[in-house]
Amino acid sequence: MGRVAMEIVIGQSQTHLLVDIQKSFGHAAFQLIASFTASAGFTILFGASGAGKSTVLDCIAGIADPDAGRILAAETLFFDSSSRVNLPCQLRRVGYVFQDLALFPHMTVQANVSYGISAADAAQRSHVLLSSFRIAHLASRKPGEISGGERQRVALARALATDPRVLLLDEPLAGLDFPTRSGIIEDLRNWNLQHQKAILYVTHSRDEVFALGERVIVLEQGSVIADGTPHQVMAAPSQETVAQLAGFENIFDATVVARHEERGTMTCQVGNIQFETPLVRAEPGTKLRVGIRAGDILIANRRPEGLSAQNIFGGTLTHLRQRDVIMVAIVNCGLELEVHLTLAARNSLALRAGSEVWLIVKTHSCHLMRTS
Amino acid sequence: MDWQAFWLTLRLGVLVAGVLLLLGLPLAYWITYTRWRWKFLIEAVVALPIVLPPTVLGFYLLIILGPRGLPGRMWQALTGRSLAFSFGGLLIGSILYSLPFAVQPFAASFEVVDRRLLSASAVLGASRLRTFFRIILPLSISGLVTGVALSFAHTLGEFGVVLMVGGNIPGVTRTVSIDIYDKVQALDYAGANQTALVLLVISFLLLTLVYGLNRRRWAAWPWR
Repeated sequence: MGRVAMEIVIGQSQTHLLVDIQKSFGHAAFQLIASFTASAGFTILFGASGAGKSTVLDCIAGIADPDAGRILAAETLFFDSSSRVNLPCQLRRVGYVFQDLALFPHMTVQANVSYGISAADAAQRSHVLLSSFRIAHLASRKPGEISGGERQRVALARALATDPRVLLLDEPLAGLDFPTRSGIIEDLRNWNLQHQKAILYVTHSRDEVFALGERVIVLEQGSVIADGTPHQVMAAPSQETVAQLAGFENIFDATVVARHEERGTMTCQVGNIQFETPLVRAEPGTKLRVGIRAGDILIANRRPEGLSAQNIFGGTLTHLRQRDVIMVAIVNCGLELEVHLTLAARNSLALRAGSEVWLIVKTHSCHLMRTS
Repeated sequence: MDWQAFWLTLRLGVLVAGVLLLLGLPLAYWITYTRWRWKFLIEAVVALPIVLPPTVLGFYLLIILGPRGLPGRMWQALTGRSLAFSFGGLLIGSILYSLPFAVQPFAASFEVVDRRLLSASAVLGASRLRTFFRIILPLSISGLVTGVALSFAHTLGEFGVVLMVGGNIPGVTRTVSIDIYDKVQALDYAGANQTALVLLVISFLLLTLVYGLNRRRWAAWPWR
């Protein structure tokens, strides 16, 4: 019997969410112990799948019942085993965007968004939300008739319509391309400027952690193993999950193709391109993970010659954006790679989306990891 | 064509389908969502009429509804009339006989409604009842139509249960299928043919409706 025990405190100084619960699972020996606080704004729950992120959200929403413990949100007691309180899911007023969105397929966008509003001004309130999430023109369409990004916007608007005490987002932007994703995040930020809600945001995308994160909580196998700003958490990569979070913007599945003992290198197949990597103890055919830091990749605007580096790939620059003082470029060379460069480098190379570029990766910049 | 038998059969079919809609929906809901460990026993009881010979069902019903059975005695004490060989008895028999034909399509269509949608509805503050009427029912329309149409059609065609429980009383328990049997016994093949053809056409139209409706896009929703 596994148990889940956690303590979570989220919210502004006057509106907290506190969770301190235990839950047994019939078969798997699984223990979840979490304890953290958060203020209004984004708090990110980061971790691999199976780390217990969704269980935490389900317990807060009241979809899953803990065996024992306490959950408190916005000064409302949701769950307390010692005083036998278990507020029904219906009365918790939690905004929850599910991983698969769970939009009602038979209802229009308008009906989906106003579903949770019982007030007489449902039409007006849902219209305001539809407008602020730029989906007002889709009001009479059904979820099956709109795009993935639009569906995500509908799910967000529906969750916010109930004026929730706390907002739970379970990988709400998974599978969206970068511009769509940042557009939605921007709209959500704007909405929260006014409302000042605690937003618990589950993701396993490192990119989202940095794009959103005032605060990140790292869960691994049911335990909180790190808690702080993305940069604090990154500074001390003590665990596998944190190391991944801190270390590598680019992580791919790789298969060993050939060993070159004499050169001390190996050839690994990654997607449809081949990387020269350092030699490790792994036979051809072995599955590994290869991690490459975005800052370790060189970028050139024409094919470089006379270089020692063995990994030179031609590709197209698909996205280019500024983050603080660095430029983040996404280059597609049969594989999508994230590359960091300076503003000066961007200017001297005259880079923009659509540019043809060459990427250079040193053999020893390819870090091999065992798959777990 | 025995119009009296025809209208009686139609009345019986409509009543059975209506009662089964009211009775079958909560039963199917319970079967779909309960976590009771012995629920398979109830499922087996509901499915019994599919495999049981109608005469067996009719025989037990006759015993139970008759003056020797407790329900039959109670009914007699209350109303002064016997349930056996009456339209009321026939109705009870037909409801039991067609129960799986309503409950199973209902439960099957409830089963395919994504549970995440029900969680989403609850999180948005909807009661179980509201979730049932706003989410589960609209997404189960094809199953509802199938269940109602099948129980109606199944009632039109029943023979064994009617004969055992109802007998053959014109205007009270004589249904179309009994009428056909009667006409064949009396060597009135033309009359039997006419009635049989009407039953065939009605059944065919009903099944066409059922299969046609099941092609609606929400029966096989491509996007979830």
